Amino acid sequence: MIRLNNIHKSYEMGSNSLHVLKGIDLTIEQGDFVSIMGSSGSGKSTLLNILGMLDNYDKGTYHLSGNLIANMSEKKAAKYRNDMVGFVFQSFNLISFKNAMENVALPLYYKGVPRKKRNLIAMEYLEKLGLKEWANHMPSEMSGGQKQRVAIARALISEPKIILADEPTGALDTATSYEVMEILKDINAAGITVIIVTHEHDIAAMTSQIIRLKDGRIHEIIRNGELKQFQKSYMKELETA
Amino acid sequence: MFDLDLWSEIISALKKNRMRSFMTAFGVFWGIFMLIVMSGAGKALENGVLDGVRAFATNSAFFWTERTSVPYEGFQRGRRWNYETSDMDYIRDNVKEVEYLSPRLFGNQQAGNNTIRGERAGAFNVFGDYPDYFKIDRWTPVKGRLINDIDMIQERKVCNIGERVVEVMFGKDENPIGQYLKISGVYFQVVGVIHAETRINIGGGKKEETIIIPFSTMRKAYNYGNRVYFFSVTSKPGTKVSDLEEKLKTLLKERHKVAPEDQQAIGSFNIEKEFVKFNALFLGIQVLTWIVGIGTLLAGVIGVSNIMLVIIKERTQEIGIQRAIGATPATVIKHIVAESVFLTVMAGYIGLSLGVGLLEVLNRILLSAGDEMFFKNPEVNLTMALSALGVLVISGIIAGLIPAKRAVSIKPIDAIRDEG
Ligand SMILES: Nc1ncnc2c1ncn2[C@@H]1O[C@H](COP(=O)(O)OP(=O)(O)OP(=O)(O)O)[C@@H](O)[C@H]1O
Ligand SMILES: [Mg+2]
Repeated sequence: MIRLNNIHKSYEMGSNSLHVLKGIDLTIEQGDFVSIMGSSGSGKSTLLNILGMLDNYDKGTYHLSGNLIANMSEKKAAKYRNDMVGFVFQSFNLISFKNAMENVALPLYYKGVPRKKRNLIAMEYLEKLGLKEWANHMPSEMSGGQKQRVAIARALISEPKIILADEPTGALDTATSYEVMEILKDINAAGITVIIVTHEHDIAAMTSQIIRLKDGRIHEIIRNGELKQFQKSYMKELETA
Repeated sequence: MFDLDLWSEIISALKKNRMRSFMTAFGVFWGIFMLIVMSGAGKALENGVLDGVRAFATNSAFFWTERTSVPYEGFQRGRRWNYETSDMDYIRDNVKEVEYLSPRLFGNQQAGNNTIRGERAGAFNVFGDYPDYFKIDRWTPVKGRLINDIDMIQERKVCNIGERVVEVMFGKDENPIGQYLKISGVYFQVVGVIHAETRINIGGGKKEETIIIPFSTMRKAYNYGNRVYFFSVTSKPGTKVSDLEEKLKTLLKERHKVAPEDQQAIGSFNIEKEFVKFNALFLGIQVLTWIVGIGTLLAGVIGVSNIMLVIIKERTQEIGIQRAIGATPATVIKHIVAESVFLTVMAGYIGLSLGVGLLEVLNRILLSAGDEMFFKNPEVNLTMALSALGVLVISGIIAGLIPAKRAVSIKPIDAIRDEG
């Protein structure tokens, strides 16, 4: 489904160039539940943004469902994003002047779904996420967990193949974080590929595959079977910290 | 195509951002409003002033006499002289450029109350005129009729009186027509109440206080002999009245042994020259209106662009989010441009309506204040207003387009990251 081959990415800042991704090779299959970890500044968000076609890369190839994602027109990129991926951000990024239902319905508006119909669908998704009563509330009237669930509903409404979430629990407390992870697990169980960026080992441990970035490269990939071991080393890390 | 969804999106976005919507709209509103009011006021001034002179034959000239200022052919300087009826006959017969010629005599004005009717008395301006006078300086009969050629030929003792004369000399319910007035000792029958169509005043006094009697009657009844105090002419089409004026002056100087170089002896005045002055004045007003109007408009345009720029900057993140969830650049641009066009058109329309409304109210007030105003019928120059609106709308489009283009030209992630 996702195939990265020797991806490089640098940020130009004036005369300086910061080489963030230094050759990423990665394959993610349909239905995977992946977390990306790594120290701050290691390029996790950069990688996720490239996966979501929000950012471009300098070198290498990126195939999504067999299509090479490179040098696309913004119009085509918008269509891919709308069809293929749903985003969940750490800071929720809801449109502040739209209520929960309108926020959830927005991707369908860009697909040309008529208002009545898209609001109806939005209500279904809100209900699934236990937010039916909050449909007419503005983002400013909701808690972080609620906002993140609205954002997840918005990511889901266009029935994407992949959910990309950059620290979806970063602004939430532990209990709420676990709730959100349960929701993501359910989504994944329905066959959608879920890729999250996280700092938290316990969150990462709930996924089926952990990709650890270090110095712009993939340091290690911990798969399902090795998760126990990961948990052990994670405990050790906690002790030494 | 009317896209209901697009418009409800736009209206909800505008509604949710009342302040910035209002700020944008206000600049446009003010520009259009000021432009309408200013051009309307300018037009009203023009109408008011021109209304007072429009009914006046623009090809007319007026002549009177003054003392001579140059000694000539044995005459001392400072000689008093008058035109004579023979001059009038000569001009009528020999100067073919003349269309109408109307000599005038002035009644006795020093005698205090010169008009008496029973217990009532008043001091009015009495003129002896030819019927042609009404063709040069237009009067209309409110009641009865104007003095005509038969009155002239038969030297009838009849008169036309102004509205003020009626007020003073007659009771509220009295009909003046057929009644008699004793004017400087002679009885005249009122045959018409007349209203002046112009406010140009030649020979002094208020026009409502005028009494006009036939020239021939006045001449005979008060023994004026051959004298003519004053006369008006109009030039035939194709002749400039200024040229005619010069020609007549030369001719009259010759006939009365006045030095050709005497600048003072003949007093004269032509309306054409005055019209040129008026026209220059109105041109000035119009130019001023345009300058100020364009200035206001420019301020409006700059205001709109500025606010749009601020709005887009404010909204970069929002645009980034929209793009992340599938909005194409075209959709984003369409939204922003439609928003700014909608705002400018709405605001422009309100400005237009309020401006026109204000002028309409002003017009009502002016109308009820009577017609002695040099400010009349403030019209709106609709072409000007609509082209101004057009300029604003186009600038609204551009003002929306440029920052919108910028907002979609950066990568969505940079837009989302934008911290404002
Ligand atoms: N738009 C940008 N321009 C310049 N440098 C950038 C930009 N975005 C990220 N960087 C830099 O690239 C590096 C990687 O950034 P990135 O956001 O991918 O890190 P991250 O792993 O997500 O870190 P964190 O855990 O703190 O979110 C950082 O050093 C960051 O400063
Ligand atoms: Mg990050």
